[in-house]
Amino acid sequence: MTTRKSTSASGSMRVNRGLAEMLKGGVIMDVVNPEQAKIAEDAGATAVMALERVPADIRRDGGVARMSDPEMIEGIKAVVTIPVMAKARIGHFVEAQILEALGVDFIDESEVLTPADETHHIDKFAFTAPFVCGATNLGEALRRISEGAALIRSKGEAGTGNVVEAVRHLRNITGDIRRITQADAAELFEWAKKLGAPLPLVQEIAETGKLQVPLFCAGGIATPADAALAMQLGAEAVFVGSGIFKSNDPAPRAKAIVEATTHFRDPHILAKVSRNLGAPMTGIGMDQINERYAERGW
Amino acid sequence: MSGVVGVLALQGAFESHETVLRGLGCATQQVRTPDDLAKVNSLVIPGGESTTMSHLLLTSGLFDPLKERLVDRLPVFGTCAGMILLASHIEDGRPDQRCFSAIDIDVRRNAYGRQIDSFETDLDVQGIDGDFHAVFIRAPQVVRYGPGVHILARHDDDVVLAREGAVLVASFHPELTHDDRIHRLFIEMLLEV
Repeated sequence: MTTRKSTSASGSMRVNRGLAEMLKGGVIMDVVNPEQAKIAEDAGATAVMALERVPADIRRDGGVARMSDPEMIEGIKAVVTIPVMAKARIGHFVEAQILEALGVDFIDESEVLTPADETHHIDKFAFTAPFVCGATNLGEALRRISEGAALIRSKGEAGTGNVVEAVRHLRNITGDIRRITQADAAELFEWAKKLGAPLPLVQEIAETGKLQVPLFCAGGIATPADAALAMQLGAEAVFVGSGIFKSNDPAPRAKAIVEATTHFRDPHILAKVSRNLGAPMTGIGMDQINERYAERGW
Repeated sequence: MSGVVGVLALQGAFESHETVLRGLGCATQQVRTPDDLAKVNSLVIPGGESTTMSHLLLTSGLFDPLKERLVDRLPVFGTCAGMILLASHIEDGRPDQRCFSAIDIDVRRNAYGRQIDSFETDLDVQGIDGDFHAVFIRAPQVVRYGPGVHILARHDDDVVLAREGAVLVASFHPELTHDDRIHRLFIEMLLEV
């Protein structure tokens, strides 16, 4: 008959990468209050990112962007049953300690907030909660993984409603992974040097052809077609920030982006869900912004 | 033969299941539409977010055809969110969340708490020699089971692996640990039903 065992471990890399695995094929939505969090969950979001201002507003307001008020994060945790994520500044390990104490399910060490440390990222192995970090290229992704990130998202350019940078970053990452699988053993040393990444991680990619953790897309997704584009380019899920709640009619757009992420290879379904969504967020061109958040991170 | 094993691919860890099944020599089919469902002889419902999957089952027009197939005893294996979807009743779910009542169990969502309470541990599983290393992620708990439900593993007092007829459910993630023995149990089950 069955017997019992009770030895167990929390916060391991397997447990934390496991949550990232569970979020695959889904949409994680930025929300600034409990009402938006409910709309996101109703629309089929796999998780919400609780923050005080969406990136488009952070961009407009300027100043220093910090971790959100714990009261606000708890208000959002109280109304949804799906995982709740929240952002800490790059290198601000005390904000991360506070988020972990609040029971946040995933901590985003995010370039959308103003960095607290211009040299070091957070030592993510020091935490039980999992971390997601942004990356613009494979070297950055591998440095974040070597610091303990359980999930990588391409950075894109948050708050622009413009998918061009997300596409660039995804192609940077997946293109280099493909090239590394063609490299011989001697060339891998050069790749590690060029990427500024630990050699064992580069060697592992040469063998598996995959990043060690799931790869999601963020930064500029505004339409169902944008989400499907990211997925066809190799993203395994998408984060949508300003794109939903800065559009004219958030609820139907949120639902449509969820369906587009599931049926990302089916143009007939994509055509159906893209109809009558109202105006997307206006968006801005890369030549019109004065600060690139994607350049934050080292 | 086990025929074509479908993997519900609306959201979640479906690719990890496919990898294990292919390693066991199974032909697999990702299921996102009723047409996909018509091609399969059995189904795996993976982990992921059960509320998201419940929503997408309805928008994809899959809920009713899958319900019919389950009534006709389609062999099915649900892990974590998959177990929630196959249950008879869900506690701590959303009010509009649907489930298939394919197995006579009631489950509580996120019963162990938040992600910081997720864990891994070794289990004794009936029919498997030696420990099975299991990963529990925001896992559900079986809070009631009917007399026809056969318990295959427990963790502390909680039922974590169970079978009734052609329905196998796990509250953990055998697709994440490079150990195919529980998927083998499912394949053996396909051959006997």
